[in-house]
Amino acid sequence: MEDLKHEGSAKTPVVEFSSNGELFLKGRSIPENSIEFYKPLIEWLESYSESPNSTTVLSVQLEYFNTSSSKCILDVFKKLESISGSEITVKWHYEEDDEDMLEAGEDYEAIIDLPFEMIEVEEI
Amino acid sequence: MATKTFDLYNLMERGNVLLAFKGTVTSDLLSSVFQIMESKMEDLNDSPATKKKVFNVLVECLQNLYHHIDDFDNENPILETTRGDKKSAIFSISRHEDHYNIVTGNFIYPKNVDEITSKITHINSLDRDQLKAYYKEILGNGKLSEKGGGGLGLIDIAKKSRNKLGYSFKEIDKDYSFFTLIVKILKK
Repeated sequence: MEDLKHEGSAKTPVVEFSSNGELFLKGRSIPENSIEFYKPLIEWLESYSESPNSTTVLSVQLEYFNTSSSKCILDVFKKLESISGSEITVKWHYEEDDEDMLEAGEDYEAIIDLPFEMIEVEEI
Repeated sequence: MATKTFDLYNLMERGNVLLAFKGTVTSDLLSSVFQIMESKMEDLNDSPATKKKVFNVLVECLQNLYHHIDDFDNENPILETTRGDKKSAIFSISRHEDHYNIVTGNFIYPKNVDEITSKITHINSLDRDQLKAYYKEILGNGKLSEKGGGGLGLIDIAKKSRNKLGYSFKEIDKDYSFFTLIVKILKK
């Protein structure tokens, strides 16, 4: 299957979903209409789930995201959660002084049944 | 006119306003505002954590405005009382000694006053842990509306700003009220 790539903009994150199981979401996610933006990501994961790699790592490195995106990001996690036949990990990055971002990651960790790794970085 | 303009200037100057806008809130406008605010804040002597928080809360406040203004149908776009566009809104961002203020104002249907009041009253009644739990509950259970608002906006604003939400309503006429939201963010 083809990899999914999105370059990122002032309101949308860089997306790199590769069929080798390496998935990246990086930058900022503050579009007014996040459903529209996340639809292709969910669809890609849908196809990926048919024959996933033995390991899948979603690396989330977000600087900002709005509440509209927060629901869509949850949907991405839910989709991942439903994939069988792959060992899935979420790497949640947050900047060292950004307690809101750490908290957001912990919220997802509590809702989603996937292993989360919280990674503190100097700058995203 | 010159006097009024100067009065407005003074009002904004004394109020430490960084940016103020009155008019229709579009997606493109918000893009510009976010860009302007980011570059303005870059030059300010506040901690990166403060700048980040202010930007985060600002995005939520202004997108809240954007989504709710959309609620109006296209009938009677003109308010009789003020002869203004009901889709028009106002917002300002001001920077003070130890905090920032983000203020938004927009027209709403009077029938929505009670709902907004009870929502904010509920949010303001919660302590930090309760607010976090409430956020998680709505995130986990709530559905996203077509417009993208998931009912999380105000909860997120209260949670991130670490402050009670300030608000007021002004009755304009039988068809419209004006809703003001005041968000205070303490500097870190």
